[in-house]
Amino acid sequence: MTMTTTRPVEADVVPAAPVAPRRRRVATVRRAAAYLLLVVLSIAVLVPFAWMVSSSLKLDNEVFSVPVRWIPAEFHWENFTNIWERIPLLTYLRNSVFLSLTITVLQVLTGSFAAYGFAKVRFPGRDALFLAYIATIAVPWQAYMVPQYIIMQKAGLVNTHLSLILLQAFSAFGVFLMRQYYLTIPDELSEAARLDGLSEYGIWARIILPLSKPALASLALLTFVNTWNDYMGPFIYLTDNKLWTIQLGLRSFIGLYDAEFAMIMTGSVLSVLPILVIFLLGQKYFVRGIAPSGLK
Amino acid sequence: VAGTTANPAQVPGRISGRGPGGPPSQASRRWRSIRLGWSFILPNFLGFATLTLVPVIASLALSFLDWDSYSSPEWVGLANFERMIHNETFWTALRNTAYYAVGHVPLTLCAALGFAVLLNQKLRGVRFFRTALFFPYITSLVAVAVVWNMLLSPEVGPVNQLLRAIGIDNPPGWTTSTTWAMPAVILASVWRDLGYYMILYLAGLQTIPGELYEAAHVDGASAWQRFWNITIPSLRPTTFFVLIMLTISSFKVFDLVQVMTEGGPGRSTLVLSQVIFREGITQGRFGYSSAVSMVLFVIVLTITLVQFRLQRRSEL
Repeated sequence: MTMTTTRPVEADVVPAAPVAPRRRRVATVRRAAAYLLLVVLSIAVLVPFAWMVSSSLKLDNEVFSVPVRWIPAEFHWENFTNIWERIPLLTYLRNSVFLSLTITVLQVLTGSFAAYGFAKVRFPGRDALFLAYIATIAVPWQAYMVPQYIIMQKAGLVNTHLSLILLQAFSAFGVFLMRQYYLTIPDELSEAARLDGLSEYGIWARIILPLSKPALASLALLTFVNTWNDYMGPFIYLTDNKLWTIQLGLRSFIGLYDAEFAMIMTGSVLSVLPILVIFLLGQKYFVRGIAPSGLK
Repeated sequence: VAGTTANPAQVPGRISGRGPGGPPSQASRRWRSIRLGWSFILPNFLGFATLTLVPVIASLALSFLDWDSYSSPEWVGLANFERMIHNETFWTALRNTAYYAVGHVPLTLCAALGFAVLLNQKLRGVRFFRTALFFPYITSLVAVAVVWNMLLSPEVGPVNQLLRAIGIDNPPGWTTSTTWAMPAVILASVWRDLGYYMILYLAGLQTIPGELYEAAHVDGASAWQRFWNITIPSLRPTTFFVLIMLTISSFKVFDLVQVMTEGGPGRSTLVLSQVIFREGITQGRFGYSSAVSMVLFVIVLTITLVQFRLQRRSEL
């Protein structure tokens, strides 16, 4: 809005000004307008987070006040201690951490190991096999979740953490991501190591892995966050309360006590907090894991 | 292909250095390369094959079987598909999924592009905004759903308070109304996804050479003209990719709807993935649910193939 009102005025006041300064001034105004727009829109995007945090520090009956009170009249920090007694939050968190860590470690290990086979070893049938990997990435998971479930049921693994670990630790995506990165590592490096008598496994462990740290970090962070946030997997496979992840626990809490608005928001904040910390620490790896795919 | 590609990686020095005595034959080298390659791939492949590859192939076969958790499988040809096309719920879900896509795709695309263009300028604090705008994408779905449900609460929610304040006396009932539940889901999903596609657009914007803009500036083109005549055409490959990704992810929509509305009220937000889940896993009707899966699969496959065709044409 400032932009539309400022520009004509400026044109009237300095009609004879030389071209360059005027252009510069227009650029400044435009920049200020862009900035303002950015700030306003970003605040709009962040409103849900503000609501979440502010509600988590209120009493239940203060959450839906008219008009909205963005800063609580009184900060009820005790919500963050009481919630541990209201629901078995510690169990949920422990399960989430266990699943996310196990799946991430397995995914990174087997994914990068297999990627070496696809990127650095030449053998008959390799490319056909890789095609099978890629083809499954294009198949929506929902289209084969039922056969997956049948297999798990036959194996007696429904309602175990193992089922989720097996389902999520061997994804084709991890292999694909790592292979693409390995292809950018020149073969001369491994060739030199080979001449020094290093086995192929040694080359993977001592040459390729250390060189692919950024890609490993991207894969690890994306896998961890995806597993932490996963709702459908645990929802389908875990029925026992003791096995639930934070997402399932939070959802069930909402279902049971849908009027405890403040406590629900406290739980939400706690479920998002670990992701926020990880994201802030490893931000550039997230972007790196995503951005290349858009450039092709 | 296999026979010729097996060799270039191997240097003569290495073969003689490794061989037990004298150079090994072509066949044994071939065999060794296969063993070596598979030894790397196998740990991942075991899990991948049993839990992805086999289920993918099985889901195709399952759709031709009459099979539920109580009976043994029986070949019924197209009977599942026949039942499906006469089933009201299936069509409702397909319509709802398409509705979701029609709302989600253009809105997310425009929002992502808009933010990317704003963030592509040399402004102070750009990094902060980029981080903040991306964060909803990795926020857990349950938290997203519950926050939006509260924000959109019909009587006392802040969104409707705002709408009343600007003079809309009868604001929508959002997730409690059959007409407004889907727009509510779309709103939450656009908010969640825009940061991801914004990153893709930012990557695309960075590939546009600055000289183009400078030249246009010298020619006296306005900011708007530069946007339409340089930015938009240069971003065509990115837009194309974003469009395909968005469309595919729209047809796969599942967890957000499940947590936010559970397909309700009534069946007003029921989507295809939920039908597959309910029929296949809750009800144990494996054959029928796989027929619905095939529909989802064919839709996604068609979009992917169209992408490949168009992309190849644009590269020529």
